[in-house]
Amino acid sequence: MTATMERPSVPQEELARQALGAPRRGVASRIASRTGGGFIQVFLVLIAIFWTVPAIGLFVSSLVGAQDSGSGWWTFLLEPAQLSLDNYSNLLSNDDLVGSFLNTVLITVPSTLGVVLVGSLAAYAFAWMQFWGRDWIFLIVIGLLVVPVQVGLIPVAELYGQLGIFGSIPGVVIFHIAFGLPFAIFLLRNFFAGIPRDLLEAARMDGASEWTIFRRVVLPLGLPAIASLAIFQFLWVWNDFLIALVFAGRDVQPLTVFLQSQTRQFGESIDVLAPGAFLSLIVPLIVFFSFQRYFVQGTLAGSVK
Amino acid sequence: MTEDEPGLHDEGQIATAGGAAAVNTPDSQPGLGRSWWSLAYLLPALFLLAVVVLYPILYTVVRSLFDANGSNFVGLENYGDMFTDPATLISIRNNAIWVVVAPVVVTTLGLIFAVLTERIRWASVFKLLVFMPMAISFVAAGIIFRLVYQADPDQGVANALIVSVHDIFAESSAYPGAGPREEAELSSVDGGFESTATYGVGDSVALGLVGFAPGDVSPDAVPASEPAAGDALQGVVWLDFAVGGGGEEGAIDNDELGLPGVVVQAVQDGTVAASTETGPDGAFVFEGLADGDYTLALPRDNFREPFNGLDWLGPALITPAISGSYVWIWAGFAMVLIAAGLAAIPRDALEAARVDGATETQVFRRVTMPLLAPVLVVVLVTLVINVLKVFDLVYIIAPGSVQDDASVLALQMYRVSFGGADDQGLGSSLSVLLFLLVLPAMAFNIRRFRREQS
Repeated sequence: MTATMERPSVPQEELARQALGAPRRGVASRIASRTGGGFIQVFLVLIAIFWTVPAIGLFVSSLVGAQDSGSGWWTFLLEPAQLSLDNYSNLLSNDDLVGSFLNTVLITVPSTLGVVLVGSLAAYAFAWMQFWGRDWIFLIVIGLLVVPVQVGLIPVAELYGQLGIFGSIPGVVIFHIAFGLPFAIFLLRNFFAGIPRDLLEAARMDGASEWTIFRRVVLPLGLPAIASLAIFQFLWVWNDFLIALVFAGRDVQPLTVFLQSQTRQFGESIDVLAPGAFLSLIVPLIVFFSFQRYFVQGTLAGSVK
Repeated sequence: MTEDEPGLHDEGQIATAGGAAAVNTPDSQPGLGRSWWSLAYLLPALFLLAVVVLYPILYTVVRSLFDANGSNFVGLENYGDMFTDPATLISIRNNAIWVVVAPVVVTTLGLIFAVLTERIRWASVFKLLVFMPMAISFVAAGIIFRLVYQADPDQGVANALIVSVHDIFAESSAYPGAGPREEAELSSVDGGFESTATYGVGDSVALGLVGFAPGDVSPDAVPASEPAAGDALQGVVWLDFAVGGGGEEGAIDNDELGLPGVVVQAVQDGTVAASTETGPDGAFVFEGLADGDYTLALPRDNFREPFNGLDWLGPALITPAISGSYVWIWAGFAMVLIAAGLAAIPRDALEAARVDGATETQVFRRVTMPLLAPVLVVVLVTLVINVLKVFDLVYIIAPGSVQDDASVLALQMYRVSFGGADDQGLGSSLSVLLFLLVLPAMAFNIRRFRREQS
């Protein structure tokens, strides 16, 4: 989904830094200094604990052996000996899980590359080329930002059935690319359009072709936006469940679909579910921590589907 | 990698809905870009959008006018079914609850966090922790919260928490589930027990209970003995069960334990005349009781079942429970956007108000909030649209047996079209409904973009 930010008066990068960054003395600090900062500290500590405990619960549960799962995961504080990596080593011999992990990678990587490639080409055209109906077509693209994927499920399933790619990885990838495009074009076009015109004109004077300009000028300068886009698309596809549930056959199902299939016997499957879920979320978390700034910038720039 | 790229960094403009971009809109530069070339750049994107996004929108509308397998035209019948089918109506109701509650709660929390973190030194740590769930999948989050909401307080941390808080304020009863043997002289009344016979001063009464494990009796308990005769109304409450078998029912055998701490009441004409508690050997005495006929009552507080927390994943609480996990995921999003909005508020405006003598509360309400309003609207709109499409969380967290109660439109659409029923006509009409619901947001985005361009 996308809604757009009000145009801020502070440069976006600065905002991104502040959004996740250090405190700034402002309104709140003044209110706080009168009402007692101690209360706020305690309150926020409690909230932080509240926000962390569910995830810690999953992590600890993933380390607790089946025989110990009779008592709450928090008892590990009293008897840390019950923790072991057995569940994880068992996972490695679970072919379904390993296979679904690979499928997730096989779906996510081409979907991300595809959106970046197709999206940046189109964004360049929308930003720097003249053609009939350009502004109208771009408005349509903006309109498509909020289209729910549900609308695509039934028609595309039928279409894929006729083309013989229903249930295959290419089918899933194409759907992801197509539904990722409105956001990609929107984000990149606006960024590309901000590239100083002089740079492009200078390149053109030097006789550079459109392709050279795109590759040598626009892509390198657009890298921050492309990074934001790639991270968003990567996370979106990696985390996707519904699209894969509909379009991925049993043999190509990604991790999310595999995990969901295990939730039917939640209690018994916890040995697989907890470490599996942890495996599925650790990759996005690594991406998130490594590229935090781009992630936040992308969020500020407009959105999440 | 890109930190030091020339040109862009200074302007720091990552796309803001075309705001910054409008400065040098390509319209004013004829000659840049050759028309026929543009087709090659656009074609892949336009082809995919047309085939996988635009065409399905039209096809879904058409498909919704046909029956389950698409062979017969049925007009608006699917829409009629949709609004009379109880399952869909429940989904619509649940979606309505989601839309009304979740975005407001998330935005409010985001605002509170954004404002309060301006105060603390470890703001970045806090923001990171709260924002982190945004990066993980709804499936993983769903599994996390299935764990949190496990019914058994020894498994689910939510119930463990509320049970321990509850037990601080309300002591659990000593003998949950205990009761008399069938033939005993006690009858069940209002969750507790009352003697069928009446007794007077000078009587000694033995009240045997079973249905309780000897191991669970307080370690202070000692074996009961026949109640000694006395000049008050007295007796003993004991566990009429001998460990290792044997023993006579209704009689106090060797080693059968007295039950300490049982509240015993002497009741006359429906009112409690006296109340006492048993000692370590289960003995009780009513001192100074007036002459008369009393029944002996063991009130229900002795036998109350322990509080085991809430049935989060049951039909009644499932939607609030899932919303809780949604809040966990999205509060960080609201917080980050609002924090950016706060950072963008010109310091001068705040200072000016303070100089004019406004209190901090007034500054917040009269200056900060109005300046923040556009950001709050964007956050709310984003969340409303997101909530309309909520699917994964409900599908994962709601156990199969309560999915009917927890269902939302997107889930219903999936279940009807692919999850067994395979009625893609009805499924299409549900998609159309979802699409219609997001149309206002589409108009909102387009209108805003055009305004910023002009």
